[in-house]
Amino acid sequence: MSKTLVEKIWDAHVVKSEEGFPDILYIDTHLIHEVTSPQAFDGLRKRGLPVFRPKQTVATADHNVPTLNQLLPIKEELSRYQVDMLTKNCAEFGVELYGLGHPFQGIVHVIGPELGITLPGKTMVCGDSHTSTHGAFGAIAFGIGTSQVEQVFATQCLLQSKPKTMKIEVNGELGKGVGAKDIILYIIAKISAAGGTGYFIEYAGSAIEALSMEARMTICNMSIEMGARGGLIAPDQTTFDYIKGRKFAPAGEEWDKALAYWKTLYSDADAKFDSVLTFDAADIAPMITYGTNPGMGMGIQEHIPATGAQPEKEKLSYQKALDYMGFDDDSSLIGKPVDYVFIGSCTNSRIEDLREVADFVKDKRKADNVTVWIVPGSKQVEQQAKNEGLDKIFEAAGFQLREPGCSACLGMNEDKIPAGKYCVSTSNRNFEGRQGQNARTLLASPLTAAAAAVTGKITDVRDLLEKINP
Amino acid sequence: MKKFTKLTSAVVPLNIENIDTDQIIPARFLKATTREGFGENLFRDWRYENDNQPKADFVMNNPTYSGQVLVAGKNFGCGSSREHAAWAIQDAGFDAVISSFFADIFKGNALNNGLLPIQVSDEFLAQIFNAVDSNPKSALEVDLENQTVTILETGAQESFEINPYKKSCLINGYDDIDFILNQKQLIEEFEQAK
Repeated sequence: MSKTLVEKIWDAHVVKSEEGFPDILYIDTHLIHEVTSPQAFDGLRKRGLPVFRPKQTVATADHNVPTLNQLLPIKEELSRYQVDMLTKNCAEFGVELYGLGHPFQGIVHVIGPELGITLPGKTMVCGDSHTSTHGAFGAIAFGIGTSQVEQVFATQCLLQSKPKTMKIEVNGELGKGVGAKDIILYIIAKISAAGGTGYFIEYAGSAIEALSMEARMTICNMSIEMGARGGLIAPDQTTFDYIKGRKFAPAGEEWDKALAYWKTLYSDADAKFDSVLTFDAADIAPMITYGTNPGMGMGIQEHIPATGAQPEKEKLSYQKALDYMGFDDDSSLIGKPVDYVFIGSCTNSRIEDLREVADFVKDKRKADNVTVWIVPGSKQVEQQAKNEGLDKIFEAAGFQLREPGCSACLGMNEDKIPAGKYCVSTSNRNFEGRQGQNARTLLASPLTAAAAAVTGKITDVRDLLEKINP
Repeated sequence: MKKFTKLTSAVVPLNIENIDTDQIIPARFLKATTREGFGENLFRDWRYENDNQPKADFVMNNPTYSGQVLVAGKNFGCGSSREHAAWAIQDAGFDAVISSFFADIFKGNALNNGLLPIQVSDEFLAQIFNAVDSNPKSALEVDLENQTVTILETGAQESFEINPYKKSCLINGYDDIDFILNQKQLIEEFEQAK
């Protein structure tokens, strides 16, 4: 029978399937971090259980760590306690930890791929909704709650109903100044912040196939922002080339065996999806969000949609969002001053993102009214950036290169945007207060963020690219 | 896990769509390492001023409204997977949440804690909001066994869906770990066959 890629991987991991019950799904790799694991470890203690497969569990500290002076003791008491608790729990239960100071430390969704832990055909979970990032390799990867973290600790399995499948095809060529982040913000704006709920999404089409692995991760990362549990992309030569030679990737005979299997991982030509959507890459402009959910995005030259044009029962919520942002409906954002630029998060903090920003800001300087933070996704990304001299370019531009962590994406550590201030952010959520109480977030690509940093206002990056390279 | 069978209660109405888990419990309150105590920070930034004074216009600060059922607009619980959102709602005294649409992860988290997420039609949701508008003490009856919600004042009733396995977990108070642990043999066999 023809199968979609999701069905192929799912079926290969079903321990038991019984009518009237969710499937018992085997989990190959469990990633954990300091914020959503302590209550799960506590649960194990209460039940008197060990971690069933500690070797299939990997931990790092990322959500609640400082991004300056990481080798000093954490100043804030509750944060220090939480990070110490992870260290203690990992030691007690025999879980490998890449904590602060370790050369592999970083955002959990950045280190999995760069260490070769993330592989095609795997099932992977983490107590974090952006686990969908790993789907870029053709893996079933999704976020779970803490009760489920405990479940995977205890059994290496999850009770899960098989999801519906959706295919999103993006065909054609992207315009200048348009990248993976714009593709995903465009799709979310089209289908809304709830448009993918209940689905696993497979991204396909020539525009997706043309993307690098890191760009594909940006796409899959934001699947949850349309409500989808996960998103994935069939592995191809780009995937195999990226994985080969990485720290924990299979090697030698194991590599040949793995590769032969990975090459079977695609949706059969006549496989049936529950829903199929098609978009044209040429229609996509640099995107920016104007509201308080990731579905409230538009091409940067467009006007904010009129409140009057919203469905009657949505008008109140829509206007509430614009009031929070301090924007008028039916207005343009071009030229609007910004206060902060944040380049980081599991969406856009990889070396390609940093290279793209460095390439753009070389010989330029940030505007005086803007504070710019660049937070690399991992120690390895940070080191690579320094090896390539990107740190010097950032320094000359007045951008601050910090140490790895989730940082201002969720404002859990001290990296917060002050109340009322505008931040152009490469992260994934523009919810009220996400980056700090009453902070106002505009989601955009690294290039659009860099353009805002240089001009001090919302800018169509294509206008600047035109001047540099007409 | 806490058991759930039947409930009759007035409701707390929150007629806003796309309420994300960052609103339910902001990230700065996720530093705790236990499951308890999140209720006091439920909807923190909608509920309190910076100086911790309650915001008079927020529904939870209005003594007219009370009850064990939270009623909210569609796409409730979207965003972050933090289970702290379900813990906070439960810790603040709610046993059920009604919306016309739930985000996946939140729904799973709620069910895993004995907090019943009830998905009703847009029309029925509007009827609940209308009933509470005209009489804030208007009560609902939630019957899990028969999978129905009734607006007692008008008699309007709608049935809701729930996975039969999850339903029995709620009624009996057992959880997924109990269920899987009893089948550990199968998991080991699966691993060997891989």
